[in-house]
Order: sequence, then structure tokens, then C-alpha cells
Amino acid sequence: MATKKFMYLNRKASYGTVYAIESLEVVLIAAAFEQDVSLAFIDDGVYQIVEGQNTDGIGMKNFSKTFHALGDYDINKLYVSAESLEERGLTADDLMPLVYEDEDDDWEEKPSVKVVSNAELSKIMSDQDVCLSF
Amino acid sequence: MKFSIQINEGPYQHQASDTAYQFAKAAIAAGHEIFRVFFYHDGVNNASRFTVPPQDDRNVVNQWAELGIKNAEGEPELVVCVAAALRRGMLDESEASKNGVEGNNIHPAFRISGLGQLIEAGIQSDRLVVFGD
Repeated sequence: MATKKFMYLNRKASYGTVYAIESLEVVLIAAAFEQDVSLAFIDDGVYQIVEGQNTDGIGMKNFSKTFHALGDYDINKLYVSAESLEERGLTADDLMPLVYEDEDDDWEEKPSVKVVSNAELSKIMSDQDVCLSF
Repeated sequence: MKFSIQINEGPYQHQASDTAYQFAKAAIAAGHEIFRVFFYHDGVNNASRFTVPPQDDRNVVNQWAELGIKNAEGEPELVVCVAAALRRGMLDESEASKNGVEGNNIHPAFRISGLGQLIEAGIQSDRLVVFGD
């Protein structure tokens, strides 16, 4: 089967609507198809990977831990909009330390998250074959 | 050109399904192929055969059914995500019996399947067009 570049564009916060969790479900299925997968977090989507989420008070499943599994599925290109972080008073330090093991570099643990400007992100997006927005 | 479509919103609440339908109809009329329409999130509600709009309004579900998007084997290519459908009370006969639920509501022009069908549509099609918020 042909390999295409798939980007999953996450634009919504985790719990107010269903888009975030159902996007993650697609990403996990996509991993089985051996495509080139990347994720982008823009607008309120940046909240999806903020460290220290706690859903005890709202009776909903805290699915943020699932993002830690992405590295094991060879999904290690997570782009975060610098502008979206800044607009929300967040910095890269507020995000979960998501990592993957680089098989081409003696399985060294490397960060999966990369904060990029919107201009860089738009370049990365225009390089994709399929862009699914959630 | 070979198109696939993803619909992320339910009927009537949101224009996404209507716009996608107009897009699909226009694409077919212009000689393009619709490989698959994939219904996700609340978009799964577009497949309910119990949809009964007032007589002076369009029937969003039947509109899709009348487009008759099928593959070479004659199976519908209006595909409803199984996980999204089950958690919203959308079941076909097989899922109903598997889950011990009486009755089923998926229109026969649609079929339930997995998210892999969305990824496959992205791989097989020249363009995957997403409709929703």
C-alpha cells in the first residue's frame, strides 16, 4: 500500500467537545497502516497535551495519558503552535514531556513535541498528502 | 478525480452534511468519483433510518441514500464509524444483536465499519475533504 503523509490537526480542548478523544482514536488506528503520521496542536488544541490534567470533578475519562503511548506506535512528530501557546499564557514547559525511542540512534529517548511558529506549521501542512482536522 | 469525504457533524444541527452532499452531487455530475463518505463524531447521526423531518424540509438521510454511493461489489460506501456510532445509540442489526440491544436504526444505504476505512479512504483517494467545525 502506498505511503502518504497524514497530518492530524487538533484544534479543540480535550473535554468540552468529543473531537479531541475521537481524533486520538483515529491516530491510534492510523498507526497500524504504516503511514507517515504527524500531529499538530493549534488554537485550544494545545490544551490537549498540557501536563497535569485531572478529570475527577467532571466524571469524564482522562485520556491525556494515551498521548504517552504514541511514541511506541512510531508517532513522534507532534507540532505545537507557538502563537497558540502564547495566546493562552502557556509555554513549552506546561506540556507533557512526550518522548519516543529513536531506533536509528541506539534507541535514545528523544522529545516528540516540537513548538513551531504558525508560519513553519503552515509549511509543514502544505507538505502533507492528507490533513484531517478535528 | 477520486474524492473521499469525511463528515463530522449531525444532520439539521449543522450545515456540514448538507454542504458535503451538495459537494458530492456536484462532483459526481462533473464526472468525478466519490470513493467513500465516512461519517464520524456526531456525523454518524446522518445514517438514522428513523429520521423524520417536516414535509416541507429536505430529508438529509434520504438525500445521501439516493446518491447511492457504492463500490464495485455493490456495497454502500456511506460508512459509519462503529465506535462513534455505538456510543451514540446508532446500531445496525449485527451490532444490536452483538450488544444485546433490541432494534436497529442504520439506514440500509449505509454500513457500519471501523476507522481503518477512513485511513484507507485517505490513502486511496486523490483528495479527502473534511466537513465540520
